[in-house]
Amino acid sequence: MTAEVLLPPLPPPETPWRRLRREFMADRLAVFGLALLVLALLAAVFAPWISPQNPYDIGKLDIFDSKLPPGSRDAADTMTYWLGTDGQARDLLSAILHGMRTSLLVGGVSVAAALAIGSAVGLAAAWFGGWIDALLMRIVDIQLSFPAILVALILLAILGKGVDKVILALVIVQWAYFARAARGAALVERAKEYIEAAQCLSLGWPRLLFRHMLPNCLPPLIVIATIDLAHAIALESTLSFLGVGVPVTEPSLGMLIANGYEFLLSGNYWISFFPGIALALAIVGINLVGDHLRDILNPRNAH
Amino acid sequence: MSAFIIRRLLQAVLVMTVMSGLVFIGLYVVGDPVSMMASAEATEQDRAEIRASFGLDKPLWQQYGIFMSHALRLDFGKSFLTGQSAMGLILERMPATLELALVSMGLAVLVGIPLGIWAGLRPQAYSTRGIMAGSVLGFSLPNFWVGLMLIMVFAVQFGWLPASGRGATGHIGALDLSVLTLDGWSHLLLPAVTIALAKAALIIRVTRAATREALPMDYIKFARAKGLRWSRILRVHLLKNIMVPIVTVGGLEFGQVVAFAVVTETIFAWPGMGKLLLDSIITLDRPVVVAYLILIVFFLVMLNLVVDVLYSVLDPRVRLQGAKA
Repeated sequence: MTAEVLLPPLPPPETPWRRLRREFMADRLAVFGLALLVLALLAAVFAPWISPQNPYDIGKLDIFDSKLPPGSRDAADTMTYWLGTDGQARDLLSAILHGMRTSLLVGGVSVAAALAIGSAVGLAAAWFGGWIDALLMRIVDIQLSFPAILVALILLAILGKGVDKVILALVIVQWAYFARAARGAALVERAKEYIEAAQCLSLGWPRLLFRHMLPNCLPPLIVIATIDLAHAIALESTLSFLGVGVPVTEPSLGMLIANGYEFLLSGNYWISFFPGIALALAIVGINLVGDHLRDILNPRNAH
Repeated sequence: MSAFIIRRLLQAVLVMTVMSGLVFIGLYVVGDPVSMMASAEATEQDRAEIRASFGLDKPLWQQYGIFMSHALRLDFGKSFLTGQSAMGLILERMPATLELALVSMGLAVLVGIPLGIWAGLRPQAYSTRGIMAGSVLGFSLPNFWVGLMLIMVFAVQFGWLPASGRGATGHIGALDLSVLTLDGWSHLLLPAVTIALAKAALIIRVTRAATREALPMDYIKFARAKGLRWSRILRVHLLKNIMVPIVTVGGLEFGQVVAFAVVTETIFAWPGMGKLLLDSIITLDRPVVVAYLILIVFFLVMLNLVVDVLYSVLDPRVRLQGAKA
């Protein structure tokens, strides 16, 4: 007879994603931030379907409705402008929903592109070392010694207006952050055994870099990307406010705020106020999420 | 030490040269400054004369060569718009910008360091959560929008403070300063608070992190074991040791504030060099734009240098890189 000791079955090991989710959800402030971010994303994605009015359709706008305070009815008494109207009689709520679309699009695309370019450069610098590393990092140093707002301002003065040009300018401003962070992470990973093992299999360097090394360098890059998204959106709105950003036909939140600037002194506060609130909520949401991600992805805080 | 400084300066010269070349070409491609200078009814001959008088009829590489050879003698050309020396125009506006930046950073430090230390000493307190939430707001809110809202509340609604301009200035030698008059302060307050809100938020975070790192250290424990008063431990032992990160961030942020003056000065119509840059970009006033950029690179490199040197003063353990090399 064999004595069989019945052990309770071990719980399955927690996957990294599960652990990340559990740790993330533990902080109420971060969850609140995530909720804000999701709300902003939903507003941006569904703007054309949920906004009460198409703010780009000039023909639909009635000039008698311009600068109405929040909660007014329109001249034809068919709809309520919950957040008021701007100087061109656009419903502000609709304009904000569409503006959020432009702001998040510009921010998201530019950060994604900067992340891709920056990590590729950083990995290459760490992998090849020598003069390639020295040259690339010198360029990064010089780039980072310039304030982003000045670089973007000069670039846009040269490139002209347009959503694509703003994205290009933001990518040029941001890639260096990712390059520096990716290089730092890659230098650490490079010394580890799995890379040596992969080298023994005589895998080619592209595969080594992008399939083996990159996934292990991602956590710090994701944190930077999140916080950088907030920077990118703020920077875009600032540039649009200065009049060198997106064109009038695709107003972002920054441009809406700029449009309200001239009416502010005559007491029509809502034209600048509400787009700013929307912008601030989106940025606060992103920062809260990024802050907490940094805390839980930081290896120093790992349990 | 001197090798370190010389290397930094050489690097600055390299950056200035490369950047001025890029901007020179970029602005050359964008448009013809003559269209901005000549009146609408100017004939083709008038235009050609203007062009020749500024040397704009020469090929680009020659224009750049002439510019650089003059730049070596610290002559950065004349503004296309006013005919004044470009660098003179900027230097004339610089005190206003530096004054605004210094007052803002001063406010930010005065508010940020005590709040940051408080938050570091009591990580779990409700007051700390309030401070930290406030600091997230501080650097999340778009700065230009904060400025607009301050104007809305304090200038439009209550009418307490003026919304634009610099107000009366007092003189110290050749310098005109707003801080010397009451009217100047009333003009200075809104833009300075706008900038200070964002910068204080950063300083709070840095101070808090540094405080939390320093508290478990032996020298703090030892000071307490000796029976020193808390106030003395904080003022002498803690403050000295958390200064290095605060000076780093503060110094670099000071550079950011000066660069960001483009935005703040536009909102508050503050007559500094940031507003001058934006106006010059719009009017394609190339000499002023290039001169501004050269000056700001020089300024940023100097600022970095000062911060690095301050390190070794504040913390004798820090050796400057290149001091040995």
